Amino acid sequence: MPPLLHVKDLKTYYVGFRGTRVVKAVDGVSFSLEAGETFGLVGESGCGKTTTCHSIVRLLPPSARIVDGSIELEGEDLLQKSPGEIRAIRGRVIATILQDPMASLDPLFSIYDQVAEPAYYHQGLRGGKLRQRVRELLTAVRIPSPEVRMREFPHQMSGGMRQRIVGAIAQAGGPKIIIADEPTTNLDVTIQLQYLNLLKDLQRATGVALIFVTHNLGIVAKMCDKVAVMYAGKIVELQSVRGLFYHPRHPYTRALLDSMPKLGTKEPLYAIPGQPPDLAALPAGCSFHPRCAYAMDRCRIEAPAEQSMADGATAKCWLSNGEDSTED
Amino acid sequence: MSEPLLEVRDLKKHFPVGRFLFGKVRGWVKAVDGISFAIKPGETLGLVGESGCGKTTTSKLVLAAEEATAGSIVFEGRNIVGLKGKELMDYRRKVQVVFQDPYSSLSPRLRVGDIIGEPIVTHENISRQEVRSRVGELLELVGLRPDMARLFPHEFSGGQRQRLAIARALSTNARLIVLDEPVSALDVSIRAHIIGLLEELQARLGVSYLFIAHDLAAVAHLSHQIAVMYLGKLVEVAESLELCASPLHPYTKALFAASLPSHPDEEKEEIVLTGEVPSALTPPSGCRFHPRCPFAMSRCADKEPELVEVSPGHQVACYLY
Repeated sequence: MPPLLHVKDLKTYYVGFRGTRVVKAVDGVSFSLEAGETFGLVGESGCGKTTTCHSIVRLLPPSARIVDGSIELEGEDLLQKSPGEIRAIRGRVIATILQDPMASLDPLFSIYDQVAEPAYYHQGLRGGKLRQRVRELLTAVRIPSPEVRMREFPHQMSGGMRQRIVGAIAQAGGPKIIIADEPTTNLDVTIQLQYLNLLKDLQRATGVALIFVTHNLGIVAKMCDKVAVMYAGKIVELQSVRGLFYHPRHPYTRALLDSMPKLGTKEPLYAIPGQPPDLAALPAGCSFHPRCAYAMDRCRIEAPAEQSMADGATAKCWLSNGEDSTED
Repeated sequence: MSEPLLEVRDLKKHFPVGRFLFGKVRGWVKAVDGISFAIKPGETLGLVGESGCGKTTTSKLVLAAEEATAGSIVFEGRNIVGLKGKELMDYRRKVQVVFQDPYSSLSPRLRVGDIIGEPIVTHENISRQEVRSRVGELLELVGLRPDMARLFPHEFSGGQRQRLAIARALSTNARLIVLDEPVSALDVSIRAHIIGLLEELQARLGVSYLFIAHDLAAVAHLSHQIAVMYLGKLVEVAESLELCASPLHPYTKALFAASLPSHPDEEKEEIVLTGEVPSALTPPSGCRFHPRCPFAMSRCADKEPELVEVSPGHQVACYLY
């Protein structure tokens, strides 16, 4: 049985005017997602996390081109589908939750209209059944007095409530995959915890698979089963969440973990030297080598191929050739 | 014990609501409602709390950008509330600010040299040549090259822009810098750079920080003392490590519980708060936290608990202690 979603060697480039400038935002990304799983996609801004997600649901800006690869949803290649067919998949099979709840809700439509829309189109519900479904969805995302709230408008809600409404909309079409692109960045810490717990509960209840895009390793530790670390358009490390925290294979992953402030200690933080590279002018060899503490001559010339580890982890680093040679 | 650099006593700021021209005031938002804290020279006070708790209003009061309704702010032995003219200018020279978003806090029309030089020109009467050399020194101090003074802010990355903002804050030899969420808008790998830079500058120059943020881990890392704020009141004040080891107030505990784990097997006491921060226009009676508090008792709703010292340097406002 094929995995629920299988992204293989995906390449999405942004092509500038007359092809003068090519930004390799996603450059050979592969991963797969099983039903009910939570997959984390971590990296700094501009590393291609969001472009990867937008390629899956084909919500890319006009300058973007998917130049290579395949995205298989239950064995069917999404890249071969027409825009109309993709539209039927969006919201019904794959739903998205975006970062800014204010921008993803329409201020001119009531909460009812917005939550009902996917259920109306994708599940064909009408009348009393539709209203019943909206009430259920709002209750599931713990909106108090849903009957009253569904007649209100986004501006009458707080940030946390708006993001929960967006969560209800994502659920409305009964999707198998929800892509959550930094859903909690604009929320307060206590509200963030509420929201993350809510997503987990929804997942438990419906068995939906989650793709969680974030730059926060703490969220990864809390939410994910499997994690991919992205750097400059490539997945540099992919493994289970425990493996990532206890045996990081790639120097970039280790550097990210060391740069996280931890509660209760005042140990100096590790600061990764330099800046993330310009995606239109990547360094030769491994993209991370100018910032890497372990860089060798080989890294400057040749980009490392994907190395598979015994426990199923993969990393793109010359140092991690099959065994844990980078262990300290 | 050295004298505090800044001492805030019973500070209040109430904003009127519903006043239109000569209309009647319909209510007051008690954004800051009687808070007291002190910052020693060369130390950092972290101020944490959720949005709407009054952190930013507090910073504006300390910066003398808002006038306090009541209370006092004593800086180097002098009350600055109601200060005017030359004395206010002098205070503002010594207290500077770094904002959250380095994209909107630097004017895109000015060159970096003018941005950093502006406070110097405003406060000191020195030649352009001297200003230029001071700007060069400041740029080096924050880890940039002196020749970058010719450039415009758009030519810098987010982390570098935040360095520029820090250089500007240091340009007039400030004694206290208010850091209003200085790393929240930055990427993880850049965040560590800026936190490291702030620590280094404090060690070198002996400057004090009022560090305002909602990211507990970053605050705990940088601060000597932490004050936790909820709806205009301080609920707990303690040494940073002490607070991390034994948070007392239920709200502080909830904040710690809500902070994200540093690895997947971290055991956490889960305190999930119900509901959201109530409106500051109609704060709950008694302890303002009681409607969301898992340990609320009947008297919490009646009378507000005072901030009392439970162990040396550890103050908490809760009936449980």
